[in-house]
Amino acid sequence: MSASGMERWSIAEITRRIAAGEVTAAQITEDALARIEKIDGELDAFLAVDAAGARSAAAGVDLLRTAGVALGPLAGVPIALKDMIVTKGVATTAGSKILEGWIPPYDATVVDRLKAAGAVILGKVNCDEFGMGSSTERSAYKPTKNPWDATRVPGGSSGGSSAAVAAALCTASLGTDTGGSIRQPAAFCGVVGIKPTYGRVSRWGIVAFASSLDQVGPLARSVADAAAVLQVIAGHDAHDSTSLVKDVPDFAAAITGDVKGLRVGLPKEYFAGELDAEVRASLDATIAALKDGGAELVEVSLPHTELALPAYYIVAPAEASSNLARYDGIRYGTRAEASDLLELYMKTRGAGFGPEVKRRIMLGTYALRSGYYDAYYKKAQQIRALIKRDFDEAFAKTDVLLTPTTPTPAFEFGAKSNPLEMYLGDIFTLACNLAGLPGMSVPCGFTAGGLPIGAQLLGKPLDEAVLFRTGAVIESAAALGDRRPALGGAA
Amino acid sequence: MPALTRKEVEEIALLARLHLGEDELARMETELGAILEHFSSIAAVSTEGVAPMTHAVPIECPLRSDDVVTWTDAEQGLAGAPKREGDLIVVPAVIGGGE
Repeated sequence: MSASGMERWSIAEITRRIAAGEVTAAQITEDALARIEKIDGELDAFLAVDAAGARSAAAGVDLLRTAGVALGPLAGVPIALKDMIVTKGVATTAGSKILEGWIPPYDATVVDRLKAAGAVILGKVNCDEFGMGSSTERSAYKPTKNPWDATRVPGGSSGGSSAAVAAALCTASLGTDTGGSIRQPAAFCGVVGIKPTYGRVSRWGIVAFASSLDQVGPLARSVADAAAVLQVIAGHDAHDSTSLVKDVPDFAAAITGDVKGLRVGLPKEYFAGELDAEVRASLDATIAALKDGGAELVEVSLPHTELALPAYYIVAPAEASSNLARYDGIRYGTRAEASDLLELYMKTRGAGFGPEVKRRIMLGTYALRSGYYDAYYKKAQQIRALIKRDFDEAFAKTDVLLTPTTPTPAFEFGAKSNPLEMYLGDIFTLACNLAGLPGMSVPCGFTAGGLPIGAQLLGKPLDEAVLFRTGAVIESAAALGDRRPALGGAA
Repeated sequence: MPALTRKEVEEIALLARLHLGEDELARMETELGAILEHFSSIAAVSTEGVAPMTHAVPIECPLRSDDVVTWTDAEQGLAGAPKREGDLIVVPAVIGGGE
């Protein structure tokens, strides 16, 4: 245990203790850095630790407190950022060799907002290259291990975030989610992860993967902590014209502990087919708990569910092939030696991108090629409209939908070497992004072997509040709060 | 939708400005072919009269005033360039050889 005990504290606990002068932000930061030093060798969650920046931010918080200035809502809270998020003066790689050594000249809006709220940024955490993967095995640097079982993946692409939060190397983390990249790793590591409504959070300074799908969101050890972080980062930003000009409600107020009268939809397509028996049993217990709490359970159908996978794996690579055209070796990033411009582009990109990124660029370029656009991209966008329509109909008679986050618990390294097999594991998380809905994964149980299981909640556009309300009840019923992975030679 | 030929894979790689080695080309041919075959199911879906979805939620495009804002200095902006001469980024000649 650390000197302060911060690894067991919620955000409310940290900010209350600092405000009361029971502990300093400096002490919490030193404890977090010491935990990273001691434990991250087992996990490989961090790509860069910014000890100097973290100490300086903590000193700033302590100075404000001593001076009697009101502290921000995340004052002294240690946070790690997925390496898809641009940080001024701190290397940002997106998990790719093509950005190795790049030091961004600016902070993403979400980083600005975290800093303004008093958060202490510890550093950057690992991810699949450009967010393309479901295991962190596609990071160009290293795979991150699952804190619950080091032979298994932490999920992805925000696997560094989920592992770091589960291991309490930080109190919360920001991830990005294009097709499940926050929710799936959250499920695999037993933490809460939220993909907000498309447009809820600014993407200024987020490395772009698929622009009609990407969102930023928090991973944390409790629903309340996730709400506190989302509260800070949500809202319109003049730098991102796709960010919505909508009021952000008080998310903490949504956590009432009550689901009486709430209409919870159970989409039958998500409970059919190859669902792991222990995942199913855990979801059954979750459903029973919601029913006990007074929720009304409604079976619904989302008939186009199966088409989410092909639609996603056409739309996302198509947009990625366009977004990643900027990595050309000219203005930033790595450059290969070449005698002419075409050769420079081809060699730089050939050497800088890893196999999964190349595969998706190729797939996307194929789909957008002249003569193929209608058959692939346009068709996929039409299917997307059908998927959205399914959700609209389901939400006409429900307030929130409950599904498993993943068909199985965390898998072993190397278990999904075939790319298509890896894609198929994303089946439950993709439709949420295609329809632009807010989604959350909340821990709901463990397998007999000690692997976490996640329940997914999907809400109407802009209704993150219902996710917090329902998620908190699931969290409380599952009562997993004290269960932590055994790391660093101790529990 | 047919499987991919090697020639198609090479054409797409050129369009994507991606140098691929022999082994990568061979792997792409098999893997992309299998993925596209799996996705061929979408052709059978009736989408007549369905407007393609371009954005997840309706977005009112916000306007902002057209003000000049100094974002960063030139040195910061240029600091990431792999090859420079003063305030210029060096690239191979666009027409002809050399730099």
